[in-house]
Amino acid sequence: MKKTGAQILCEILIKEGTEVIFGIPGGAVLPLYDAFPQYPQLRHILFRHEQGAVYAADGYARVTHKAGVCIATSGPGATNLVTGIANAYMDSSPIIAITGQVARSFIGKDAFQEIDITGITLPITKHNYLVSNTGELAEIVQEAFYIAQTGRPGPVLIDIPKDVQQEEVEFVYPDKVNLPSYKFISRGHSIQIKRAAKLIDKAERPLIIAGRGIIISEAYDELKELAEKAQIPVISTLLGISSFPENHILSFGMLGMHGMAYANMAVQNADLIIAIGMRFDDRATADTGNFAPLARIIHIDIDPVEIGKNIRVDTPIVGDVKTVLKGMNGEIETREHLDWLSQLDQWRYEHPSLEIRQGDELLPQYVIHQIYEATQGNAIVVTGIGQNQMWAAQHFVYTKPNSLISAGGLGPMGFELPAAIGAKLGQPEETVWCVAGDGGFQMTIQELATITQANLPIKIAIINNSCLGMIRQWQELFYNHSYVDSTLWNPDFVKIAEAYDIPGIRVKQRDEVIPAIHKAMDYPGPYLIDFVVEPEENVYPMVQPGESLSQTLDFPKVTSNLSDILRKERIV
Amino acid sequence: MSDAKHTLVALVEDKPGVLNRVASLFRRRAFNIQSLAVGHSEQPGLSRMTVVVSGDSAEIEQVRKQLEKLINVVRVSDITKAAIVARELSLIKVKATASTRSEIIQLVDIFRANIIDVASDSLTVEVTGDENKVESLIELLRGFGIKEITKTGRIALTRGNNL
Repeated sequence: MKKTGAQILCEILIKEGTEVIFGIPGGAVLPLYDAFPQYPQLRHILFRHEQGAVYAADGYARVTHKAGVCIATSGPGATNLVTGIANAYMDSSPIIAITGQVARSFIGKDAFQEIDITGITLPITKHNYLVSNTGELAEIVQEAFYIAQTGRPGPVLIDIPKDVQQEEVEFVYPDKVNLPSYKFISRGHSIQIKRAAKLIDKAERPLIIAGRGIIISEAYDELKELAEKAQIPVISTLLGISSFPENHILSFGMLGMHGMAYANMAVQNADLIIAIGMRFDDRATADTGNFAPLARIIHIDIDPVEIGKNIRVDTPIVGDVKTVLKGMNGEIETREHLDWLSQLDQWRYEHPSLEIRQGDELLPQYVIHQIYEATQGNAIVVTGIGQNQMWAAQHFVYTKPNSLISAGGLGPMGFELPAAIGAKLGQPEETVWCVAGDGGFQMTIQELATITQANLPIKIAIINNSCLGMIRQWQELFYNHSYVDSTLWNPDFVKIAEAYDIPGIRVKQRDEVIPAIHKAMDYPGPYLIDFVVEPEENVYPMVQPGESLSQTLDFPKVTSNLSDILRKERIV
Repeated sequence: MSDAKHTLVALVEDKPGVLNRVASLFRRRAFNIQSLAVGHSEQPGLSRMTVVVSGDSAEIEQVRKQLEKLINVVRVSDITKAAIVARELSLIKVKATASTRSEIIQLVDIFRANIIDVASDSLTVEVTGDENKVESLIELLRGFGIKEITKTGRIALTRGNNL
């Protein structure tokens, strides 16, 4: 049967299980949008900026484990996707980014809204395509899904010229994907698994570092079995949070620059690190030269490139985390590590990194913890970047698998609101809390319109300190308290929300926090709370740049002169 | 050891943009590339790329794995330690006068190189061999005055039945 390129794309999207598409129409994708009414199975969510659409596709992918699809037109539409594609690449999130391109005869002529998006996204996609032959479109789209969703997931971009979308060609569903040059190893090498199991059996102070690979592979049960069978404490990277229940007796929180002091101490004193589905990011390891100095390291990852990239490892296992852990759990012995675990408990007692100061001040940590109390952990938390992200990672107790959605590798401010939209569409039954910073919120604030138009009951908590908080913290600590351009004049966020037809409330006192959160949760639609928090609150614990995890600071240093500056600038 | 030269041979799909992907990877990861040569292989649809990179063994392993991760790259081997035959080809245009011409021709004969173009004031020499041989000839010709040089970079195959 003959079909147009646009119809073929829709057919394959449906065959690949796509239900929601995030995008904005434009000149070079008009033929595609024109075909949408023939495919009511595809729900298109209209965004206000392409960056919002791609973050939403990412959020959707993270909560559903299937590729999120976003669409933008050629030129500026395509370039507006770039930050989101880079973000998905850094965090191994499967995205299919579809861009319109000028008609084939105009390519290379600097036509209106022509841009070389495959060239631009070369280093930030797992793979990309410029479709030059309509007959190959079906195969390419199918391949793109396969590449995006298998092995180490990642974004794939398909650039489709306008005349390809319009051209009619004979259409049959393509056969199975045939990509001889693309391979990934699922099953770990059995000898390596046996070697690792021996190391685990012999270890006195073993420690698991759980990364996002566990969530991607949905290896929650296997991780739990490993930890429980050999009684190994578990800490996680930022993106590994919610791979292991944080209320478990073996859970010791997050490691890294703003990790728990006791988690960092565990790393520095362990004699065996079992690093699972993580890539030794510098925010997790701090000074790599002095990372886990006493430990042998087992590294399990599906991407061979990650082995030995940042840290020299003793026993690498390349493979899918779930498959490898299953094999390993069969090999290891039942163990107890009472001394080691009580040592960790002792450190936790001596360095209570999660203590929240008493008093009247409205502390951001308190806000996050109350959102946890109100939801009992039964929610998906989507964070922005910076202080709000760290507090959300630290003070919410993640007990439910895959309940923290946060952009770790790239750290793009403004991720939170669109990603929350994607998360809500992917898991409509879940309560979604968007934890935003007042800075980042204003980078994608226009998507409030998307929320209203698509009628999505997302709960938004702005941690409003009238600052680019993490920047201000660094200026305080490392730039002699000189707050150059990090303090913000902010609009009235409640009025803004109201203008978008979203009710909201401003909270300035500690005793208003709990009622406000309940009000938001009881309200059937979207709701915004503007938490006006202590402006000079810093994120602790902290490992200063260049130092090792051994030098984790638990306690805040003296604060500075910000209050005066802010009092002049803030409107509330 | 830290900047030892390694020879990697990559079998890549013959598709538009593959060379760009490989080159972009080298730039992006700050790998130290010495030469890159590419041409059709014996298999239809596949090209063979010879890349000379310098670095320590951990770096070279990263290069190999990063290359292999590219979707269009089928296989990459570090053949530095294998028994290989490796050649590069160079064309050298050297100044020649009536008095120096015969001396140049003698040198070219010793190196089993060829004269492929003769002009009134120059000779163009074609030399094939490993880098040492090519460099030695160039050094010797330098005294006569070199006008232009072009090189292919190293291409290599393993000996006999290997690979």
